[in-house]
Amino acid sequence: MNGLHDVGGMQGFGPVVIEPDEPPFHHPWERRAFAITLAAGYLGEWNIDQSRAVRERLPPTEYLATSYYEVWLYGLERLLDARGLVLDEERAARRQDPTVPVARVDRAQALGARDVERVLGTARASRTDDDVEPRYRVGDRVLTRTINPVGHTRLPRYARGKRGLVTADHGVWVFPDSMGNGLGPDPQHVYSVRFEARELWGDGAGASDTVYVDLWDDHLVPA
Amino acid sequence: MPHDGPDHPDDDVGEHRDHDAPLSEVELRVRTLESLLVDKGLVDPAALDAIIDTYETRVGPRNGARIVARAWVDPDFRRRLLADGTAAAAEHGYEGRQTEKLVVLENTPQVHNLVVCTLCSCYPWAVLGLPPTWYKSAPYRARAVIDPRGVLDELGVGVPDDREVRVWDSTAEIRYMVLPERPAGAEAMSEAELADLVTRDSMIGVAVVQAPAGAG
Repeated sequence: MNGLHDVGGMQGFGPVVIEPDEPPFHHPWERRAFAITLAAGYLGEWNIDQSRAVRERLPPTEYLATSYYEVWLYGLERLLDARGLVLDEERAARRQDPTVPVARVDRAQALGARDVERVLGTARASRTDDDVEPRYRVGDRVLTRTINPVGHTRLPRYARGKRGLVTADHGVWVFPDSMGNGLGPDPQHVYSVRFEARELWGDGAGASDTVYVDLWDDHLVPA
Repeated sequence: MPHDGPDHPDDDVGEHRDHDAPLSEVELRVRTLESLLVDKGLVDPAALDAIIDTYETRVGPRNGARIVARAWVDPDFRRRLLADGTAAAAEHGYEGRQTEKLVVLENTPQVHNLVVCTLCSCYPWAVLGLPPTWYKSAPYRARAVIDPRGVLDELGVGVPDDREVRVWDSTAEIRYMVLPERPAGAEAMSEAELADLVTRDSMIGVAVVQAPAGAG
């Protein structure tokens, strides 16, 4: 989706402002929003691509006006409602009356405190062992597809229809453009693709500068 | 990790430092959702506290700084780090969520590397902790790819015209960390002292590591 999350190359936002000695969280609610999002993710009802996809559906005007962890909260509310785990009506009822009882959900097992260190220390999430042949080799010249899907994609707008060079093969991974849209993992190779800055931005860009983007087989055609 | 904000790690749902102020809309939404998740047995409050503690006190940029300092003093480790960042970081026990594959990018007199995630906020948690607000914000995500030299100039990192700027957009699950150049004048410093010089921002590529005045 051509949403405001896909912000690479936009102009006019002003300077990058770095906060000295910034704490991990600025408000107590940010801690809780962060933690419930991670913990609920381990219910196994969605994966990270589906989390990103739902956050991207926040309308553009709201996306820019919404703080980071509030976007996470929005995504979690939407996913929980869509999976029937916490319905919007249940949230509304509890807002009205905090004593309104709810039934326990038996189909999903909550992440236990004793498992937190193990799961947070485990990286494995999106790489797969599927035996998939790479369509490209390091050194191949490629052209990125020109696509404008209404769903989730990891091919940024600024890198569509551009010529690049494959510089690394990172192995086989779940394809977010499929997984994030509820269409299954469709595992394929991910490559590091190098673009000359001038290919992306024109002659005003630095002559020696480059941008590397990680892309999947289905984002590329031979050039 | 140093934390000088007004919050307390034991703040919990329903416990807020300013008891006179009404809860904001977003606070009410979080409190409502957390209470429902707990009552339905979908999250364990003790697990939430453990998650928060992990990223507030244990997993942060000091991890990455130790790796950088080791690479500066140990050429074999440096080779391993650049060849397979995931395995080299795991030698230090740094692995986990949001760092499924780690690629370490070496800054040199010829190349300056800069890491961004234009689409969201991808960041190597296991070595740098949670990303800072500026990294997640529109100004950086928008400009890092189209005007990296402008961003670097503003942040005081002048890159000579003949040095290539390489921007790495983290669009997949590969995570990037910069190995900054070792500062001149720090030759006599120990590995631990060197690690103290390494800043989070230098490992993203928006700062260079400075030797303290009089060092060496």
